[in-house]
Amino acid sequence: MSLSAQVQVQLGSLDLDASIDISPGELVAVLGPNGAGKSTLLRALAGLQPIDAGRITIDATVVDDGDAVFVEPERRPIGVVFQQYLLFEHMSVLENVAFGLRARGTPKIDARRVAGEWLDRVGLAEYASQRPRALSGGQAQRVALARVLAADPRLLLLDEPLAALDVRTRASVRRDLRQHLASFDGMRLLVTHDPVDAYALADRVVILEAGRIVQSGTLAEVTARPRSRYVADLVGVNLVRGMVSDGVLRTAAGASVVIADASPGDSIAVIRPHSVVLTTEAPTSSARNVWPGTIVDVDRLGDRVRVAIDGPMPLTAEITAAALDALHLRPGDHVHAAVKATDIEASPE
Amino acid sequence: MSSGRPRDGRARVPVPALALAAVAIAFFALPLVGLLWRAPWSSAWGYLTDDDALTALRLSIVCSLWATALSVVFGVPLAWVLARVEFPGRTVVRALCTLSMVLPPVVGGVALFFALGRRGLVGQYLDRWFDIRLPFTTAGVVVAQTFVAMPFLVITVEAALRQLDQRIEDAARTLGASRWYTFRRVTLPAVRPALMAGAVLSWARALGEFGATITFAGNFPGTTQTMPLAVYLSLETNPEEAIVLALVLIAISFAVLVGLRDRWFGARTTVAA
Repeated sequence: MSLSAQVQVQLGSLDLDASIDISPGELVAVLGPNGAGKSTLLRALAGLQPIDAGRITIDATVVDDGDAVFVEPERRPIGVVFQQYLLFEHMSVLENVAFGLRARGTPKIDARRVAGEWLDRVGLAEYASQRPRALSGGQAQRVALARVLAADPRLLLLDEPLAALDVRTRASVRRDLRQHLASFDGMRLLVTHDPVDAYALADRVVILEAGRIVQSGTLAEVTARPRSRYVADLVGVNLVRGMVSDGVLRTAAGASVVIADASPGDSIAVIRPHSVVLTTEAPTSSARNVWPGTIVDVDRLGDRVRVAIDGPMPLTAEITAAALDALHLRPGDHVHAAVKATDIEASPE
Repeated sequence: MSSGRPRDGRARVPVPALALAAVAIAFFALPLVGLLWRAPWSSAWGYLTDDDALTALRLSIVCSLWATALSVVFGVPLAWVLARVEFPGRTVVRALCTLSMVLPPVVGGVALFFALGRRGLVGQYLDRWFDIRLPFTTAGVVVAQTFVAMPFLVITVEAALRQLDQRIEDAARTLGASRWYTFRRVTLPAVRPALMAGAVLSWARALGEFGATITFAGNFPGTTQTMPLAVYLSLETNPEEAIVLALVLIAISFAVLVGLRDRWFGARTTVAA
C-alpha cells in the first residue's frame, strides 16, 4: 500500500509539475507559500482536479493518468479534511460523521453506530444530535476528522487543517490531531504553510514552490541545507521542542533556551537562523542564550551561508559569506552561538 | 415626547426614506382597502357558497399546485444546469427560460397556442399520435400557469446554487458520495430555503395567472375557469360577486405569503467555517 504520484496541472497562472511518493504508514507534509500549488496537488490526489499529464497510483491502482483513466473521487480510497472543514450544516453532527458510510450504502443503523463510536473517540459524543454551527473551530475540526476516518480511507489528505483556528486553540487542536493521526495506520499527506505544523506532525517534508518540488527530507535537513532563498526564509528555521517553565525551555537533551514572554508547558521554539550570532570566544553581551558547539556543515547560498552546529543545542545559523571568511570558520571549529531571548518565539505544543 | 436615544437601528432610517416607504406601503394597501370598502358584506356568504365560485376556487387551487409541482420537477434541474454547466449560449438560454416573466401573459398564451394547439408545431403530433389535446382543457390551464410561473423558481434556485460553497459538494464526493447522492443529500438541502421561496413565488404567480390561461385554455366553467377568470367575467355581469371572489383570492395569497415568508424567505443557511 503506497502512493506514487506525478502530477501535472495547468490552472490559471499555476503550472504544477510535482512528483510525490508516500510509503505505507508515512506522514508527509507538503510545505509551501500560498499559491505554490499545494491545494491543487491535494485536489488532484483526491480526484477533484483531473491532471493534465502524469500518473497517480494509490495502492497499485492507477486512479488518474491524465488520459483515459480517471477514477471519480467517490471511488478513490481517500479522505480529505478541508481547511474550512465543510461540515454539512443541515445535518446533525452524527449524520455528518455517518455520511461517508451512508453514501457507500451502509445501512442507517450500522452507519450511525460506527459514527457514534468515532464521535466518542474524538470526545464529542455529547454533541451527536447538535448542528455543526453549535461547535467551536477545534470541535468542528475533530468532527471533520471523524467524518473522514469513519469512511475508512487508505490515504488521508489534510488541507491546512489548523489554518482556520486562532493561535490559542491551535496548539491544543494540533496536539489532538497528532494523537488521532498517530492512530491512523494508512498514508497521510498534510498540506500546510506553517513549518511548526509540519515539524509537530510529519515524518518528512516536501517543499513546493511555484508548482515545483524544490526539496524534500526531514525539516532539520531542509533547515541545514535549504535549496533556495525562499525555502530558507519560509521553512528553514530551527525548531526546538521542550518544556517551558519560568521563561526557560528545556530540551530532552538537557539544553536550556531563555525565551521572552513564553507560557509554561510543552512548546516548540522557533529560532530564525539569521538571529543566531556566531563567535569564536564566549561572548559578553546582552544575549541571554549562548550555546557552545562544533561546526558540522557549511552551506553557501549566494552571499549567505548556513552553518550547522552540533552540540547540546544543535542548530543552524545564517551569516554572510564575509563574516564566515573574517572568522575563518570551517567544519570542526568550536564556536559559540548566541541568540537574544526576544528573538525567539515559542508556541505551545 | 423627548428626543431620547434611538432604541434600535430602525430609528436611524432617514426621514425622506421613511416618507417614501410610507407612500409605497399606502400604494399597496389602498387598493385592498378599496375592495374591502365596496365589498357587499351582507351578501358575501351567498356569493362564496355559490357553486360556480367554489368550482373556480377548487380549479384554481388544484391547477396552481400542479403548476408549482411541475415548476419544481423541471425548474430545479434547469436551475442546476444554468448555474453549473458551462455551455456556449448559456446567457441566451437563461434569457429564453425567463422570458415569460416579462412577456405579456396574453402573448405567452398565443405563443403556447401556436406551439401546443391542435394545429400547433408540436400540438398537431400530440393530437395525432397520442390523442392529447391541451388547449381548452384543465391540463392546458396547468401548462399556461407553469409557463409563466416556472421562471420564478428557476431564478431563485439558480441564485442559491451560485452562492452555495461548491466545496461542500467536493467534501461529499471525497466521502464516497456519487454525483446524484451528493445532489440529493447535500446540494438540495443546502438550497432548500431558496427552493421553498421559489416554489411559493411560482405558486403565487400561477394562482393569479390570467392572460396566458384565457388565451390558451379559454374560459369554461368547471374545466378552465380559474378564480382570476371568474373575477373578470363577473365584473361584467355582477361586480359585487367579482369583489367577493377577488377578496377570497387576495386572502388566500396573503395568508400563504405571511405564513411562509418568515419561515423560508428569512432563513439563511451557510456553511460552517
